[in-house]
Amino acid sequence: MSFSWARPYEPKSKFMRWLDERLPLPRLVYGATGPGYPVPRNLNYFWNFGVLAGIFLTIQIVTGIVLAMHYVASTDAAFDSVTKLIMRDVSAGWLLRYTHTTGASFFFLVTYIHIFRGLYYGSYKAPRELVWMLGLVIYLLMMATAFMGYVLPWGQMSYWGAQVITGFFSAFPLIGEPLRIWLLGGYAPDQAALTRFFSLHYLLPFVIAGVVILHIWALHIPGSGNPTGVDVKEERDTLPFHPFYTAKDGWFSTLVLLIFFTVVYFAPNFLLAPDNSIPANPLATPAHIVPEWYFWPFYAILRSFTVDFILPAKLWGVLAMFGSILLLFFLSWLDRSPVRSGSYRPMFKRFFWLLVIDVLILGYVGGAPISWWRTALGQAAAAYYFLHFLVILPIVSAFEVPDPLPNSISESVLHGEAVEAAPAGQRGERAGSVATAAE
Amino acid sequence: MATKARSAEGPEGTGSADGEGVRRRDFLNVAAVSFAGVGGVAALAPLLVQMAPSADVLAMATTEVDISKIRSGQGIKAQWRKQPVFIRNLTPAEIQEANAVPLSSLRDPETLAQRTKPGKTNWLITLGVCTHLGCVPLGIAEGENRGSYGGYFCPCHGSMYDTAARIRQGPAPKNLFVPDYQFTSPTTVTIGAKG
Amino acid sequence: MRFILGFIGAVFAGVLLISMIGNLSTYFTNKPAPLASDVFHKEPRELHLQSDGPFGNFKNQAQLQRGFQVYSEVCSACHSLKLVSFRDLTGIGYNEAEIKKIASDWKAPVPSINPDTGEAATRKALPSDNFPPPFANEVAARAANNNALPPDLSLITKAREGGPAYVYSLLTGFQNQPAELLKKFPEAKTPPNLHYNPYFANLNIAMPPPLTTDGQVQYQDGTKPTVDQMARDVAAFLVWTAEPDLERRHAAGLAVTVFLLLATIFAYLAYQQIWHDAKRAARLAGPLDPENQAKTRRAKAKQGVAG
Repeated sequence: MSFSWARPYEPKSKFMRWLDERLPLPRLVYGATGPGYPVPRNLNYFWNFGVLAGIFLTIQIVTGIVLAMHYVASTDAAFDSVTKLIMRDVSAGWLLRYTHTTGASFFFLVTYIHIFRGLYYGSYKAPRELVWMLGLVIYLLMMATAFMGYVLPWGQMSYWGAQVITGFFSAFPLIGEPLRIWLLGGYAPDQAALTRFFSLHYLLPFVIAGVVILHIWALHIPGSGNPTGVDVKEERDTLPFHPFYTAKDGWFSTLVLLIFFTVVYFAPNFLLAPDNSIPANPLATPAHIVPEWYFWPFYAILRSFTVDFILPAKLWGVLAMFGSILLLFFLSWLDRSPVRSGSYRPMFKRFFWLLVIDVLILGYVGGAPISWWRTALGQAAAAYYFLHFLVILPIVSAFEVPDPLPNSISESVLHGEAVEAAPAGQRGERAGSVATAAE
Repeated sequence: MATKARSAEGPEGTGSADGEGVRRRDFLNVAAVSFAGVGGVAALAPLLVQMAPSADVLAMATTEVDISKIRSGQGIKAQWRKQPVFIRNLTPAEIQEANAVPLSSLRDPETLAQRTKPGKTNWLITLGVCTHLGCVPLGIAEGENRGSYGGYFCPCHGSMYDTAARIRQGPAPKNLFVPDYQFTSPTTVTIGAKG
Repeated sequence: MRFILGFIGAVFAGVLLISMIGNLSTYFTNKPAPLASDVFHKEPRELHLQSDGPFGNFKNQAQLQRGFQVYSEVCSACHSLKLVSFRDLTGIGYNEAEIKKIASDWKAPVPSINPDTGEAATRKALPSDNFPPPFANEVAARAANNNALPPDLSLITKAREGGPAYVYSLLTGFQNQPAELLKKFPEAKTPPNLHYNPYFANLNIAMPPPLTTDGQVQYQDGTKPTVDQMARDVAAFLVWTAEPDLERRHAAGLAVTVFLLLATIFAYLAYQQIWHDAKRAARLAGPLDPENQAKTRRAKAKQGVAG
């Protein structure tokens, strides 16, 4: 931890001293989440979503391990092992399954809010570029894990979702079709695909956990960002993580868990595609193949390319779909503004909200049945998405005039950001109140 | 003021007067943490309970066996709850031999009458699982080694059971287990059915 | 590098523009004609069951048992219920003896092996068995039903949009094809082996109307067995087969959400308490103090700084 005023760990009992001398876990915990980790004091609730993502990862791993004690990864038995054994015969099986399916959705919801926090407040900017990129790696792993997990119940949507997504790979010229067959272990999703998806679905969450550790480790070198984007300068800019942020994370996580369990217990089938309650049938395609909601924006981008132009439309779609995530790796270099936080970047702020609306539109288009005007809407929205990151942001960051920043975090907290950030001469009676407050 | 800001780490350092405030503070913290603790323990319950036998396993409770073809002196191996069951039709000589054994010499004292149904002492129905470490003893089929006591012999560690399937020699602590069973007719017995 | 990335962005946007132009021009030059099902398909009618809503339950065991009776006397001839075991019927109020009888009386036999010869044989069902399917396999099912496969009904209310309302509407929705449809879409005339039902997605379903006359099933509890009533009852039963955990789930949910609500309140108050002291330093002489707030407001108004 790079802050000089961070409290060093002092073992409180003989046992803790004995342990810490042999394996410095106590001081690691103290320095990462305890009173030894100073955090900017002005964090808002958007900073709670990282911990929430960690909580949902834990929920998924725990419920997943327990479900794996009953699930059978055989094309004959998989559907029944979920819908008969787990849902009806295993004690509390229904609760575990509903928690796991709802948990996946909440994991993505929480992660999306976490990502958009990063986009707005410039969390991807120096010196946190690697934190951002590790986060994107986590996101890609999440998408792979979720896709494979959805295949496991071997319902109609599981099967046809696997068919469509592995079909992407055949879009690539020459190597595409052999690659698809290699991935599946066959010509269509079948036993080989199901067993390997089960194996990888069990493995990847632990890989995610490992990358999360790197993500947090990389973050703790510069320390957490904050809504003003202004660096921590002195001790009174910060508060120790424990008890302040443990309390804040504690209460907000409990609230989110309240909402989560309300869904699990009272509306667990809200997001369930009816077709997935039908056993997989390789000979009959469902009327509307849709992935889960968290993939809808990408599905919209994929389907937006309807015309061949040099390359076949299908290949454009696949390239754009992967490209839409890969371009985010370059964000730290696309957006060159020295000002981090969107709060002080009026032009950027407007485009940011346009992006939010754009992604919501893409999500709507991805989940709805195809129609001519929805396709057109999706095409416009997809175009904006690429233009936003690759053309608009670099231009805006080069030419915009940001609002003045507060001098420091604690000054913005003590005097109110609006006053502190206003140009000198417009600050009213600040001087008088500073003298008594500051010392 | 600076000291106030710096010592804002914990509620203790603020020196805000009343013990009333401290007690309320502690109560809230204790209440919040205890709720979290209770919640955590309650969350464990479904995780532990799901490992118990599921309803379909519990439902495979009975097996019906046709015993019409078992002649006196013969036995068959049937299956109940995925475990072997020995069903033996004892000869009068075997019954006499069992009754002649003094109870005080038995490691697990039981009479043959206690291990069979009244009026059907020739039908000896036991689990075919050695009570030592779980092997399937020999002796139920024709020609198998029945040990020195005319009953069953476990080849794993040498336990020997007598004609009433009681442990006589070797490391097994108990007699072969007699499950619940019912004669649903003179020629069929339902294993697992309570009387 | 930024130029390369910018160029890529422009390329994607350009191709999308081309796609959009292509899409719109195709649509406007070649407006696709509406299908018969677009015009004549009907959304399911409303159905209210005791299992609806966050406090839904299965306490109306009379209806569920009537529904089971309809299933066993009418539907089970063609539709399997593979995910339900006879022993599960305790959930709608049958006792062990009744279940034993239902199982052993069940028309469809359970496949087994002749213990003497080893040949394939059949036996009567036990309470521990799942409901045996009426047809041995898909081929046999299709052969008996004009090449249509009657779906398993265990999860049908989850597997169809509209759930029980859809099942109810479908069962009561068989009717003659309206003349208007025949005029507008003569090619959508019902083929000889199918039956017109506007609640079915393709309008023409292979299943002949299963509930044709009032009194088809004799209810023991005195309820009048009209077609409408039988359809409601079997829909309620099928909600139970799809989600037998529903009642337990709602009860546990109530306890859990109340607990978590209290936990949230306590946690929030503890958080406020802990932060109170951190905010105190700011509050004492900062802008959150009402006096200073008033001062700041006046100063801002004077200077014209936005709030």
